Amino acid sequence: MSNTLTPSFDGGVFLGAAPAATTGLVEVSGVSKSYGGIEVLHNVTLTVQPGEVVALLGPSGSGKSTLLRTINHLESVDRGTVTIDGTYIGYERRGDRLYELHEREVLRRRTQIGMVFQNFNLFPHLTAIENIIEAPVALKRATRAEAIEQAKTLLSRVGLADKAGHYPRQLSGGQQQRVAIARALALKPKVLLFDEPTSALDPELVGEVLDVIRDLARVGTTLIIVTHEIGFAREVANRVVFLDKGHVLEQGTPGQVLGTPSHPRTQEFLRKVLA
Amino acid sequence: MTDTLNTAGGGAASPHPAATSRAAEPTTAEPTTDPHGVAHPEAAANQPPPGNTHPLRVVHTRHWWRWGFSAVAIFLAAQFAWSVATTDRYQWDVFAEYFFSPAVLKGLQLTLWLTVISGAIGFLLGGLLAVARLSASALLNSLSWGFIWFFRSVPLVVQLVVWYNLGYLYPKLGLGWPFSTDFWIAEFDTVQLISSFAAAVLGLSLHQAAYSAEIIRAGIVSVDQGQLEAAAALGLPKRVRFFRIILPQAARAIVPNAFNEVIGLVKGTSVVFVVALPELFYTVQVVYNRNQLVIPLLLVAVVWYAIITTVLSIAQFYIERYYARGSVRVLPPTPRQRFTRWVTTQWARLDDPEPDAGAGATTASTTHTAGGTR
Repeated sequence: MSNTLTPSFDGGVFLGAAPAATTGLVEVSGVSKSYGGIEVLHNVTLTVQPGEVVALLGPSGSGKSTLLRTINHLESVDRGTVTIDGTYIGYERRGDRLYELHEREVLRRRTQIGMVFQNFNLFPHLTAIENIIEAPVALKRATRAEAIEQAKTLLSRVGLADKAGHYPRQLSGGQQQRVAIARALALKPKVLLFDEPTSALDPELVGEVLDVIRDLARVGTTLIIVTHEIGFAREVANRVVFLDKGHVLEQGTPGQVLGTPSHPRTQEFLRKVLA
Repeated sequence: MTDTLNTAGGGAASPHPAATSRAAEPTTAEPTTDPHGVAHPEAAANQPPPGNTHPLRVVHTRHWWRWGFSAVAIFLAAQFAWSVATTDRYQWDVFAEYFFSPAVLKGLQLTLWLTVISGAIGFLLGGLLAVARLSASALLNSLSWGFIWFFRSVPLVVQLVVWYNLGYLYPKLGLGWPFSTDFWIAEFDTVQLISSFAAAVLGLSLHQAAYSAEIIRAGIVSVDQGQLEAAAALGLPKRVRFFRIILPQAARAIVPNAFNEVIGLVKGTSVVFVVALPELFYTVQVVYNRNQLVIPLLLVAVVWYAIITTVLSIAQFYIERYYARGSVRVLPPTPRQRFTRWVTTQWARLDDPEPDAGAGATTASTTHTAGGTR
């Protein structure tokens, strides 16, 4: 267990200047995954450096979301490995064998990775602040009072300090998604995964969510973002990865992949999306 | 007041009052006019006799069928009330005499006791069965399915009689070597062990467990899959996921059905008279078999059952309201809140002696009535 948490994220809640990111290295190597005979991921290899911001692009059904979900082990893989800072989420490596871990341990390791969903998936019976403190309190990371303090800081960070007592259904889509981001941040993850965070939003609400993500990118958390916002990817991402039918077709800087794509599939996709 | 449109007269004759008001709407931009009130001459232009400035009256849709059925219902209710008031065969004096009699109260106590115990065991076991039924383990899954299948198949009365007569099947029960009747650790006479109370509790709670298992399972599967996913992504342990995230959301679907079941159980306890357990119904039967006052004594039981159901229904309202938090933007007011609000508005009306408003309201309501009853 190479569980080397760096202290940089333990104190502050992503406030202040960016620390030189040293944790949050994501290594996906040779990952394949099939559902009922259909291969959704084919030998995908991807390394995301600590603090890097990677945008995953591709047509629907290309396997972007599945790839994201294998990273925090919501989906297990058929072949290949996924590690965060050298640690497997679902397995323990001894020698050249991987031993499947008990759920408790998987859950504990998974807290290094935060996830934000397309449909927010806030808990509707809990208020905004209760949504945020649920995990830190349940996992005994903080006392209730500490968690509330921290949650208030997070809420003001996403611009929703005055919405702490609101239930999700009393909030707009953009506000809900910002609460969901705050909830994901409450466990101080090293890596944040975004699964089409703005796809379910009205166009005029997209901006407020992207602003928050932009902020996170500046602070130096590793971000992996599945998105259809090409402009945003160009602006925020250090690297753009294009997937199609479970294959990584192309990757590089936004300038390369979005500006001068080499693969015909990428060119076609961009033509359609930007049209 | 929305009822007066200042256009050409003969409004009551207009077949489409809504069309009139729609036509009037775009022209009501003038800030001094009431948005629904005074319309402009342009709107009046397409009305038959021009130049007339009488206010137009809106005639509300008449619900002839609704009125007809209401009248029939009121008539039947009045007829029933009259019969109750004039028939002395209800023997309300006997009813009053027995309503609080010690025997009846004792029966009531047993009824409540049976409901509480069987309900608690039933729902607890039902919860376990539901979870087992949803588990990934094929064994647990099919065991749970088998249990539910069996206890939904056997009629409750039959089950009660079988439990009560279990001694015919297994005269002795005990602990000892497996696959033998050598109960060297402990041995009981089945007849001694399973009293009529035990038979009743066994029958009622196993029966209840099978039904509540399905209700709880339905509630759990009604929760959005994304909720489980989000909870798992946050690293919440299984127990927390179930009790803090899934169950409170499932409760919204479970509570109404669960109360149906509990109310059914209250009355279902009356079946246990087959094992000669003196709950409410049995007690009442014993009494009227002795004194032949059948109707007033049955009424005693009916009224007590109705009281229990009423209390449970009130509890249901508040429990449902509790679990609705977060799922509706504004919770419906409780009867008390509604009453307070009503009193406040009435009070404000009394307190505000503005003659114009009062007169306007009266006129409008007169218009309503006139339009309605014509």
